Amino acid sequence: MALNVVWLQSGGCGGCSMSLLCADTPDLPALLHSNGIDLLWHPALSLAGQQDMVQLLRDCLSGQIRLDALCIEGALLRGPQGSGRFHMVAGTGEPMVHWVKQLAQVAHHVLAIGSCAAWGGVTASGNNLSEACGLQYEDEHKGGLLGADFVSQSGLAVINVAGCPTHPDWVIDTLTLLAVDNLHGKDLDDLARPRFYADQLVHHACPRNEYYEYKASAAQPTDLGCLMENLGCKGTQAHADCNIRLWNGKGSCLRGGYACINCTAPGFQNPGHAFHVTPKLAGIPVGLPSDMPKAWFVALASLSKSATPRRVKINSHSDHVLVPPVVRGKSHK
Amino acid sequence: MTRRILGPFNRVEGDLEVQVDVTDGRVTQARVNSPMFRGFERMLLGRAPMDALTIVPRICGICSVSQSVAAARALADASGTVMPANGVHAINLMLACENLADHLTHFYVFFMPDFTRAIYANMPWFAESQRRFGALIGSTPGNGLHNRAAVAARARWFELMGTLGGKWPHTGSILPGGSARTIEVTDRVRLLSRLREMRTFLETTLFGAPLEEIAALDDAAALAVWRRRGADSDMALFLNIAEDAQLSALGQGPGRYLSYGAYADTQNVPALEKGIWDARTAQKQLLDSTQIAEDTHHAWYRAEIDTMPLHPSTGLTEPDADKPGAYSWNKAPRLAGQVVETGALARQLVDGQPLVRALVAQTGGNVQTRVLARLIEIARILPLMEQWLHALAPREPFYVAHTLPDVAQGVGLTEAARGSLGHWVSIDKGRISRYQIIAPTSWNFSPRDAAGTPGALEAALVGAPMDTANGQDSVAVQHIVRSFDPCMVCTVH
Repeated sequence: MALNVVWLQSGGCGGCSMSLLCADTPDLPALLHSNGIDLLWHPALSLAGQQDMVQLLRDCLSGQIRLDALCIEGALLRGPQGSGRFHMVAGTGEPMVHWVKQLAQVAHHVLAIGSCAAWGGVTASGNNLSEACGLQYEDEHKGGLLGADFVSQSGLAVINVAGCPTHPDWVIDTLTLLAVDNLHGKDLDDLARPRFYADQLVHHACPRNEYYEYKASAAQPTDLGCLMENLGCKGTQAHADCNIRLWNGKGSCLRGGYACINCTAPGFQNPGHAFHVTPKLAGIPVGLPSDMPKAWFVALASLSKSATPRRVKINSHSDHVLVPPVVRGKSHK
Repeated sequence: MTRRILGPFNRVEGDLEVQVDVTDGRVTQARVNSPMFRGFERMLLGRAPMDALTIVPRICGICSVSQSVAAARALADASGTVMPANGVHAINLMLACENLADHLTHFYVFFMPDFTRAIYANMPWFAESQRRFGALIGSTPGNGLHNRAAVAARARWFELMGTLGGKWPHTGSILPGGSARTIEVTDRVRLLSRLREMRTFLETTLFGAPLEEIAALDDAAALAVWRRRGADSDMALFLNIAEDAQLSALGQGPGRYLSYGAYADTQNVPALEKGIWDARTAQKQLLDSTQIAEDTHHAWYRAEIDTMPLHPSTGLTEPDADKPGAYSWNKAPRLAGQVVETGALARQLVDGQPLVRALVAQTGGNVQTRVLARLIEIARILPLMEQWLHALAPREPFYVAHTLPDVAQGVGLTEAARGSLGHWVSIDKGRISRYQIIAPTSWNFSPRDAAGTPGALEAALVGAPMDTANGQDSVAVQHIVRSFDPCMVCTVH
């Protein structure tokens, strides 16, 4: 029996859906079908018109249609003054937050697609005028729209397929695992993100790792060096497999020349500093790898800085390789 | 007269509701509501100016690069930064990549599936339309073959963005001083091969002819000649469908078209010209962007700021969900007080693409010409991208550093797939003190202004038939709405 999926969008940019369309496959509907996923409704892809959508939601609520997975993309807009009127579902006169609360009660699984639906995300930036929150979190605080104690019919909390945008594989793999009952509580991390991608760090397989090892840091965009010391990179703390899995063929933020902003984490939108400037205390970056003793980091950093090969030091401040690695037995050209 | 609410509209980006008054089975008045508010203009206040480059792409998942480009231009303007030639080419490539992909998504994923609806079951092309254009979700197996192929071609196409921008959507590579990602010779040959793949898809499936031939079509006679040769192509099938469904009689626009100019080169000369096209006089006029103002009379923003429509450099965003007489979160932008239409049709008219000008002279701006202009633009964009890739000079700079003053103002105007996009930023004490955005669909889907003049879509819907079997709904309205390729998340932001 296929996994019946209903996908709704609220306070977001639609980018997680657009990202989904970038899935690496010659035939996306066929891939979903063969993986046992039956997308009953998607706002960007369905043929059916508006009345069909509202009827489908009513049928899910009444139990006529089995709702296996409710996917919400975008933050939940509770404003103004808790009324939910910042997002009314067209043609129903009802705020989206009312629909989502009701549907979450009947859904076997509830999934937050992307960081807005998970934690509030970019939609909750600054003074959060729209009173945006995630399904089960408001930034790092548990609660959100559905409450800290919410569990869906399956017994799981909301599954947070976080990312801004989220990776097409993260969504497809999560749904595929649910379809074959291979995703359980132990497969989610402490923030209910699927561990198959959240147990990695963006740092893993970063092409700048040699520069990181020697603290050979970029001073400005296009420099090849590590972006952690000066340019705000949080790849050593960010839970995601971006540099292993890669985006749109051969991409990742680091490969695109800019810092990881830890977009899978709650509250990433308000880091407390400019995104692309590393905050420092006495010259030492504040955000060090989360599971490394700070004193060791400082000691190793100063040791490795003094051991930096000339090649690494020179290349770190260039926008292309100036000094190639030496072929053993040959001197530099 | 009966009043109906149409919506939610699927296969548009974001949320849309349309209220129509119907008399004798036809729409006599329409009100267009953008029912979602997030408040990006307010989120940016007090932040470091460069943070805009992380926040604004996330306004929109489908025109994310366009938002980045507008912000980077505004910050470049505020800092007096001139990017090196490689930066100009790399950013034009990213913008063109997104715009072409958006046109492709619009045609295959959003617009054409409507011609597989039951209302067309008796049309001679119905089975073929289902076979090629059946929706990705909800069509029968074995159908929608060209839609599926287009989505696969698009995913492959976005590998350009994987290289040029790290990922799509929401790249961070686009900066006031250029691109953070340098392109090596080896990257270039790979990107050129991606361009050739897309060219092959377009020439075999969409056009049935070389892109250059489509781009050079100059009048209805030339189009007719091509149609015989390219009869199997998707564009030819679209034209057959358009004739039978009388799409040129649907959705007449305001006849004034706005383009900020697209793909400026290193001398700041756009590849597609900027200006206003007045279809009534068939004259091109100069654009004076100081004549832009946003009217909030019928929008849910505080009434005391209604006294005068404000230029975006002094604009305000103060939501008021209880304002009497308001029906949309979208403000009503006007150019010298007038309604304008923006998008690919506007760009091609302003730039003088002869076929588009000829067809608009015959039938006006309507569902058919809007869709056709997008396809013509696809054929014009890809060859430009080939030129820019060749113009890149690997190992020359892609980026120049800039310094933002503590107090500054900047304007960033660009063309997104859906039309003219502008960002207006003010910086005070080194922080963003004002940020105003006017997106393409803000223009096209605006509510009424203080004078009661309806927005472009509102006027375009008048006369549309309620054409479904039960008379309760209108496929014609769906065609008209989607012909603008609305992006509702950009509209309100």
